[in-house]
Amino acid sequence: MREKSKTHVTLIILALTILGLFLANRFLDAYQVRIINLSGIYVTLGLSMNLINGMTGMFSLGHAGFMAIGAYTVGILTMPVSMKEMNFFMQPIVPFLAQVEWGFLPALFAAGLIAAFFGVLIGAPVLRLTDDYLAIATLGFAEIIRVVFTNTQSLTNGALGLKGIPNYTNTWWSWGVALITIWFISFLMKGTYGKAFLAIREDEVAARAMGISLFKHKVMSFAFGCFFAGVAGGLMAALLGTIDPNMFRITLTFNILLIVVLGGLGKIGGTVISAVIVTVMMEALRFLDESIDLGFVQLKGIPGMRMVVFSIILIFAVIVREKGLLKRAKGRELTYVKN
Amino acid sequence: MLKIENLHMRFGGVVACNNFNAEIEKGQIVGLIGPNGAGKTTIFNVITGVYRPTAGQIIFSPTGKEQHPLAGLSPDTIAKLGVCRTFQNIRLFGELSVLENVFIGNHLRVKSDVFSTVLRLPHYVAEEKKLYEKSLYLLEKIGLQDTRDEKASSLPYGMQRRLEIARALATNPTLLLLDEPAAGMNPQETRELIQFIREIKQEFDLTIFLIEHHMDVIMEISEKIYVLDHGVLIAEGNPHEIQSNEKVVEAYLGVG
Repeated sequence: MREKSKTHVTLIILALTILGLFLANRFLDAYQVRIINLSGIYVTLGLSMNLINGMTGMFSLGHAGFMAIGAYTVGILTMPVSMKEMNFFMQPIVPFLAQVEWGFLPALFAAGLIAAFFGVLIGAPVLRLTDDYLAIATLGFAEIIRVVFTNTQSLTNGALGLKGIPNYTNTWWSWGVALITIWFISFLMKGTYGKAFLAIREDEVAARAMGISLFKHKVMSFAFGCFFAGVAGGLMAALLGTIDPNMFRITLTFNILLIVVLGGLGKIGGTVISAVIVTVMMEALRFLDESIDLGFVQLKGIPGMRMVVFSIILIFAVIVREKGLLKRAKGRELTYVKN
Repeated sequence: MLKIENLHMRFGGVVACNNFNAEIEKGQIVGLIGPNGAGKTTIFNVITGVYRPTAGQIIFSPTGKEQHPLAGLSPDTIAKLGVCRTFQNIRLFGELSVLENVFIGNHLRVKSDVFSTVLRLPHYVAEEKKLYEKSLYLLEKIGLQDTRDEKASSLPYGMQRRLEIARALATNPTLLLLDEPAAGMNPQETRELIQFIREIKQEFDLTIFLIEHHMDVIMEISEKIYVLDHGVLIAEGNPHEIQSNEKVVEAYLGVG
């Protein structure tokens, strides 16, 4: 009975989302649709990071690096051949990629898989570390990716970045992927593997004593998180049309971390809502960066002011609602699916 | 079932366990006692793979046929072989529900791969249903079925101890190691615990190795007792022999 009504609620939310997207495409202007797209991408990013940090309890700050891998994969694979020639004028692109022109779906898959591959590659040695050591190692990895991408001229076009990536991303793509991510992670957390991730978060010693292989499960969780980070990076590339290595700085990771912390570590519903709120607020608070006319006094615009405001919000959120903005009464959380 | 030979465990200059020998036979309840700091928990940690012994052997043979040397294996491999434990300082998955705690104990026996759990393929759903039924049965067994949705850390102390046992039982062990199961329990709870340990031993065909400070518990249920002092085995025998052993009395009360 409870299961059934839950399925109904899920279906209603799904229908409303589709209707909402349809109406948005119909009536909103390009700028607003773009924000909706970004929201969808940030939902995917927030959830993928929450899987690693919130649900498995690994403090990883490598997200921007895995996004970069995904973004460049999609960029290079989907870009038309003529466009590649124009982009790579300093040094021609490596021959085996020069003639490649894939569809968006296979390119997105490739983006996820390559990011996951690097996730396993870096995760295998690094996930033995815990807490802040892991954070430093993953942060370093993300920076290495950025530096490598800046210097591999014939593969990534270096600091010039890629321009003219086909704009495949629309609201159906961005929110379609977001819904698949929500579904994937919800069902993952409902099954025994997800529960094993939670067990690792709660107590590694006890988890091992219960026969849970830390290495296997941590790498698994990390690879899933990286897969979705890569896919989201690919969506981002196809939304913006232009990417360069400097987009994928540590600040990007912190934006996602902000979403995860506001949404609540380990919570799916909270992450979705906070991803949308944060993305919309990032745009809505843009006026803070510009000069403000209060009538009697002119305030000079300070670029980056909205990030200051956001940091303050984050500090308050962490102090007041340490378990995330969404919290149901009686300690019951809007969390992974309960049986 | 379990044979420990010449076990040494050294931490730097500290010898936590020196030349320990023990043998546990199938279906026995064996006690391990000794004053605080005698190295009892260290022996449990070595058996379950938390520490790698400095020297010595631990042979686990669940059916009597195959022999698994446990020294050097990882804790999760040892748990899969059928050795499971509880902890002296309770280590539940505190933020998770009571039911989830027991359910996680089943994970090592899950045959489905991760993708069939995400796609909820019929064979996984059937498997999961069975595991939930088993978990609920175990909860009923320890009398916690009404608190299945509570947070594990919100339970009273005695219940947490029982929940830890249920979680360990969910892994289908053949050898169960209980580290001070009666710690912090009142006499009434302790009586229930003795009854409970006997019941699960019968029902799940277990061999039990336990550390305990409550002498009444250990004397009542153990068939064999090992006494440890400063990492050295000072006595072994049945409860009657241990009670009248001079060395044991000395270790506990000091020399008169």
